[in-house]
Amino acid sequence: MIRFEDVTKRFGSRTCALSDISVKISDGEFVFLIGPSGAGKTTLLRLIIRDLVPSSGHVWVDEWDLRKIAKSQIYLLRRKVGMIFQDFKLLSERTLFENVSLALEIFGKKPPEIEKGVMDILALVGLADKRHHFPAQLSAGEMQRAGIARAIVGGPKILLADEPTGNLDPQTARSIVDILQEVNKIGTTVVMATHNAGIVNDIKKRTLLLEEGKIIHDETKGHYSVSGKIKKKS
Amino acid sequence: MNIIFSTTLKHLRRSPYQALTATIAMFLTFLLGSIFALASLASAVTLKYFESKPQITVFFNDKSGAAEASTLQKTLEATGKTISIKYVSQEEALAIYREQNKNDPLLLEMVTADILPASLEITAANPRNLTELEPLLKNVPGVEEVVYQKDVVDALISWTRAIRWTGATIAFLLALNSLLITLTVISMKIAMKKEELEILNLVGASPWFIRFPFIWEGIIYGLVGATLAWIIVTGLLLWLRPVLLGFLGVIPELQRILASSTGPEFISGILIFGGLLAAVGIFLGAFGSMLALARYLKL
Repeated sequence: MIRFEDVTKRFGSRTCALSDISVKISDGEFVFLIGPSGAGKTTLLRLIIRDLVPSSGHVWVDEWDLRKIAKSQIYLLRRKVGMIFQDFKLLSERTLFENVSLALEIFGKKPPEIEKGVMDILALVGLADKRHHFPAQLSAGEMQRAGIARAIVGGPKILLADEPTGNLDPQTARSIVDILQEVNKIGTTVVMATHNAGIVNDIKKRTLLLEEGKIIHDETKGHYSVSGKIKKKS
Repeated sequence: MNIIFSTTLKHLRRSPYQALTATIAMFLTFLLGSIFALASLASAVTLKYFESKPQITVFFNDKSGAAEASTLQKTLEATGKTISIKYVSQEEALAIYREQNKNDPLLLEMVTADILPASLEITAANPRNLTELEPLLKNVPGVEEVVYQKDVVDALISWTRAIRWTGATIAFLLALNSLLITLTVISMKIAMKKEELEILNLVGASPWFIRFPFIWEGIIYGLVGATLAWIIVTGLLLWLRPVLLGFLGVIPELQRILASSTGPEFISGILIFGGLLAAVGIFLGAFGSMLALARYLKL
């Protein structure tokens, strides 16, 4: 469970990225975060992985109050929360297999477990045959699927996706969202920030609309047309 | 642990010249440090040997002997600045003379105990006390002559002190240099891997999982540098052993160590020295890395 209680995040004295946000995301939900650039979507996600600390208010992830969590415990939180990035954040000097296995290596898993776990996940995202490829040898869609594989291989409870389809063509974008839905089906909470109106409209999941750091709509059955300002369809 | 160590080796392979620079710096530090440490140790043993020898011999005239010696002995012991005072009677002096000249009968024929003086052999607790004991020996009734080894001991003290200070200063500066080079190399690597470290941090790597490869790297620099220096120094010692034995063989402690290159004393000495070098190398490498991590890696 993710819970925001009156959360405000300021950068410096002038910029207010999030203003008095209160929202609860239950276990196993699939939630879209939508809104124009600068609305605070990425800030909200970074607060959940404790990459940022709220200026005021509290963010809870399961039992952790992220304002109070000890620095030495943050890595334990991040093992429960997988993150997918728009720019993939793959290590260019490592092969696809090594990039994905990284998440299991840091858990201290043994090589046979790593081998099996990584190959299962690569098969799930359709990249098993490219395990020896380096990121530079992959297409954007493949890199994003590799990013997803790395984020989910450790079996996180929560999966955050920050504009995962931002750099992709519609067909590839749709395949990425299909994978996220599969992950959600096995009980993982998925929070996906996106600009992609088509996906939001098609999938019909809970949708949080952010504007100027505030949640202005929280609809449980997302069905939106996104065109600059977001309007609910009849 | 395996993954941490393999990551360390990967770091080393990906920037071999930086690793080589840090290792050479460590090697030079340990090589020069070892040479000065061994020189300092040898001079300290030499000094100890000379310090343990009687530094003052007081000879009494023919008419004086045990009574005067006993009075003087009590006076000197009361100062608390002596560690041993030995009375050598005329008969004992004759026995020593005979032992020293046993192969030359001509020198033994005419000598009797009467013509040899009784003496007191005095060893000061600290050679610096010699100047304080000197006035007590002057104008003592029955004393014919006082012989000092002060000059020899003084020269040894100043040499030992010079070697110790020069060695310690050079070793300290070299150690500081090695530390700074390790710190710089590790800092550069942290900067080069900024993105990788950020990703590791975001995917849930523990702070020590991220830090350990860098610490291992520093330890490897120190350990390899120390081991290379130890090999060279051991080779030098083996090569120079006959020369050193001829030069320092009069000192029993050094003679015992240098007598045989396969003897237990030589081998255990070399191994203990290697262990010490390794320990210092590990400390320097780890400390340099940890300084770099504290300064440049905020997790």
